[in-house]
Amino acid sequence: MSQAQDIDIDDADGVIESVSGPVVVATDLGARMNDVVYVGDEGLMGEVIEIEGNLTTIQVYEETSAVAPGEPVVNTGEPLSVDLGPGMLDTIYDGVQRPLDVLEEQMGAFLDRGVDAPGIDLEKEWEFTPEVAVGDELEAGDVVGIVPETESIDHKVLVPPNYDGGEVESVEEGSFTVTDTVATLDSGEEITMRQEWPVRKARPTVDKQTPTTPLVSGQRILDGLFPLAKGGTAAIPGPFGSGKTVTQQSLAKFADADIVVYIGCGERGNEMTEVIEDFPELPDPQTGNPLMSRTCLIANTSNMPVAARESCVYTGITIAEHYRDMGYDVALMADSTSRWAEAMREISSRLEEMPGEEGYPAYLAARLSGFYERAGYFENFNGSEGSISVIGAVSPPGGDFSEPVTQNTLRIVKTFWALDADLAERRHFPAINWNESYSLYREQLDPWFVDNIDDDWADTRQWAVDTLDEEDELQEIVQLVGKDALPEDQQLTLEVARYLREAWLQQNAFHDEDRYCPPEKTFLMLTAIKTFNDEGFKALDAGVPVPEITSVEAAPKLNRMGTASEYEEYIADLKEELAAQLRDLY
Amino acid sequence: MKEFQTISEISGPLVFVETEEPIGYDEMVEIETPNGDVRRGQVLESTSDFVAVQVFEGTDGIDRQSSVRFLGETLKMPVTEDLLGRVLDGSGRPIDGGPEIVPDERRDIVGAAINPTAREYPEEFIQTGVSSIDGMNTLVRGQKLPIFSASGLPHNELALQVARQATVPEDAADDGDGGSEFAVVFGAMGITAEEANEFMDDFERTGALERSVVFTNLADDPAVERTVTPRMALTTAEYLAFDKGYHVLVILTDMTNYCEALREIGAAREEVPGRRGYPGYMYTDLATLYERAGRIEGREGSVTQIPILTMPGDDDTHPIPDLTGYITEGQIMMDRDLNSQGYQPPVNVLPSLSRLMDDGIGEGLTRADHSGVSDQLYAAYAEGEDLRDLVNIVGREALDERDNRYLDFAERFEQEFVDQGYDTDREIEDTLDIAWELLSMFPKSELNRVDEEEIEKYYLEDESETVEATAD
Repeated sequence: MSQAQDIDIDDADGVIESVSGPVVVATDLGARMNDVVYVGDEGLMGEVIEIEGNLTTIQVYEETSAVAPGEPVVNTGEPLSVDLGPGMLDTIYDGVQRPLDVLEEQMGAFLDRGVDAPGIDLEKEWEFTPEVAVGDELEAGDVVGIVPETESIDHKVLVPPNYDGGEVESVEEGSFTVTDTVATLDSGEEITMRQEWPVRKARPTVDKQTPTTPLVSGQRILDGLFPLAKGGTAAIPGPFGSGKTVTQQSLAKFADADIVVYIGCGERGNEMTEVIEDFPELPDPQTGNPLMSRTCLIANTSNMPVAARESCVYTGITIAEHYRDMGYDVALMADSTSRWAEAMREISSRLEEMPGEEGYPAYLAARLSGFYERAGYFENFNGSEGSISVIGAVSPPGGDFSEPVTQNTLRIVKTFWALDADLAERRHFPAINWNESYSLYREQLDPWFVDNIDDDWADTRQWAVDTLDEEDELQEIVQLVGKDALPEDQQLTLEVARYLREAWLQQNAFHDEDRYCPPEKTFLMLTAIKTFNDEGFKALDAGVPVPEITSVEAAPKLNRMGTASEYEEYIADLKEELAAQLRDLY
Repeated sequence: MKEFQTISEISGPLVFVETEEPIGYDEMVEIETPNGDVRRGQVLESTSDFVAVQVFEGTDGIDRQSSVRFLGETLKMPVTEDLLGRVLDGSGRPIDGGPEIVPDERRDIVGAAINPTAREYPEEFIQTGVSSIDGMNTLVRGQKLPIFSASGLPHNELALQVARQATVPEDAADDGDGGSEFAVVFGAMGITAEEANEFMDDFERTGALERSVVFTNLADDPAVERTVTPRMALTTAEYLAFDKGYHVLVILTDMTNYCEALREIGAAREEVPGRRGYPGYMYTDLATLYERAGRIEGREGSVTQIPILTMPGDDDTHPIPDLTGYITEGQIMMDRDLNSQGYQPPVNVLPSLSRLMDDGIGEGLTRADHSGVSDQLYAAYAEGEDLRDLVNIVGREALDERDNRYLDFAERFEQEFVDQGYDTDREIEDTLDIAWELLSMFPKSELNRVDEEEIEKYYLEDESETVEATAD
């Protein structure tokens, strides 16, 4: 049920039998599974999660203090749904799609309960321009018209997927609210800008395809070593303090998606505030418009009700699917899926279900895979293609990747960005461990990089991977015998690897130049280090001792490539300087 | 008020009462024992047949004939500005022999979540005068920054030093009437009487008590009461901050005892346990405490939290520090090795972190070079630490000059930067200057985290030579 509807109080209403935290049991409630109900005298929103005989178990999305047995329960008869329509971008919602700014107007700085607000503004008028004419044949999913939603995004009004479709009988241009009819079909169906969709059900598409375009993130280690495809899935697990949120936020800021849905699931309030304050200020690197004009935020912080945390990822992905249906590339960040899993565990334990591993419910794996499967590169009913890329942060307890949420996630996702506490401690950010991480999209995305960036992309990348691998092995020996005991060529390899780590893999998310690195720059920076490597080894072959090679004057300049403002010029000069100085040695 | 004499079961801290009338979830309960004692409790589960009550002060002496009164409201904290200077027990009753508290208002202790759109992002630098915090793990107003400690480490000294010295520099210049000083709300959960005395003596000695509210639940007070104490403290803090405009520093010690109490209740309720027997909802529960730090747009005051917890077995992957770290905005890590070497405070900066640091420092807030200096110190100290392991195997002679420099740096960093004593109050300028003295041990080309202009401005040219001389 969506909040935009009036509640029909029918005879299927029940009475509270017991209350324990967010779990309420009611009797005599004629409800179906997953129906939305309003609980108690205050009308707190909840969802039916179990039916046993005459007893119905409800998870309540708000605090239940002072709710008592005997109070009424009202059934809406509809599952938890979201309102889809123009006005979702540039908005921040809680886990059940209540706009937080409207809630603030209604109840002040603190979140009270029992307050409802529609997910999209019902009063606001939008400029509607039809894309069809009277007499055109429309099917479910087809575009009826266009509404400029924000500076960056045109919202396409679609025939809802559950409509039969038919011939257009009337269609009007002009200003309408989201509930006004903009077109009618000969089947008797009326089309408005707003539709509802139950959050736990994926919106239908024609087909899922193999993704072949990268989601360019502007992060060197991601684009360069572990790329994610548009329509792909990625997991970022890491212990606290390793930079999950900073990485997620960098992606939300710089990824070349059309739409970003950012879900703050059970995380810190101040972090969400940072996003709310930053995003309207920051420009979208693709369009130059404020980032907020392509972003929908969902914030269910850790101290907001746990049941709403369980539903917030579904609210987010349903909104993402709606934009996907319009043919957009959507990136969805969920920070953190572990909090979502914990919400499931908490509800499950209140239901006294038989627990699976570490107290998580046995259906954890099924829910996780069901969620990630809603990502992909799709062909839509209206012929357009759209994608949803899902990037889920995972917060493993104690940083131990063997725990159930991490393991079940890794069985599904194809990109794994492992965050490392050790790197974070030495302030190597992003603290993504290059030995543990992987991307299964690498090969299928290489053609794109070769076509669009450089013919040598794959080879140069492989050189970097090999050098880093070799460093990893050499470091083990160095730990035992010291660096000086190594042969000279290996000493030089260590030095080159150090530049790869410090100058290329490290990226400063707080530096104006460095925080967004286009793939062209990622590639150029790598070639500069490779120049140092190639020329260095030539010098070594000519008999120049390693310390002389590594102490050439230009070498430390490699570290400043990321922050250089005119990078093309800087790197070109630097390559020449390096080559010249190294050749001077012999 | 509804009164019953129908207790059906008593188990640990829980009392089950058969009721005929509906009782609200979370409602307050008073139980009167046959000899006239009154115990307080709270409804944990309410059904149409029975109610489960969690008793704060222990269930000893309660029998099935005891009378149970349901007060018809949830637990409230009486709040007023007059609480400043008072000492209360763990349930908020005065124990300092002072006058009765006349409340302005009675507030629900559970508190509501701050709407993220109403929050103001914390970015005002708090100068604690402790270099390892100010320089490398900067605290800002409205942050929650816990101290991760372990038994036998001087976390209390550090907390007291911060409480004593914390100021916000710009404001100090603005009003100059002490308005930048913090009001301190101190919540003690299950600490020993001796520790409590340490805090009280220090508060009295420094005159801090006048601007403090103290809640004490001691080690021999009922464990269940510990779940109430921090909520009382935070309700008071929110009132002082958001209604009365104070900048409030909340010190909660020891969160480990709080979590133990949660586990005790969970076990008594026969809940399915999560990791190490702690309840599965501990993350959510801790979040409802820690998330009560912050700033609100358009309100004068702020709530800054410094919770202290002792890590069982020095293990930071234990559920208590682990879940805390996932909620709080960083952590200050105390270190046993540094402590045994006599460094005061023994803060290990490497695993320490302040997530809100980046927005609270820099030009106009602290100094333009702050961020780069901090990153450089981290990188250099981490490298020095790594080399220490290597030196144990191969000896110093086997290392080249660069490595030896890093080793010397790590040593001097601990002695000059970290080890400052509990009575030294360093200005942020001093902290950064000391940092430059240390960083100047390296050639300029090694300082890749600092902007070149800053190197020109602060690098001490002759420092690298003096190091060599003193190192021998």
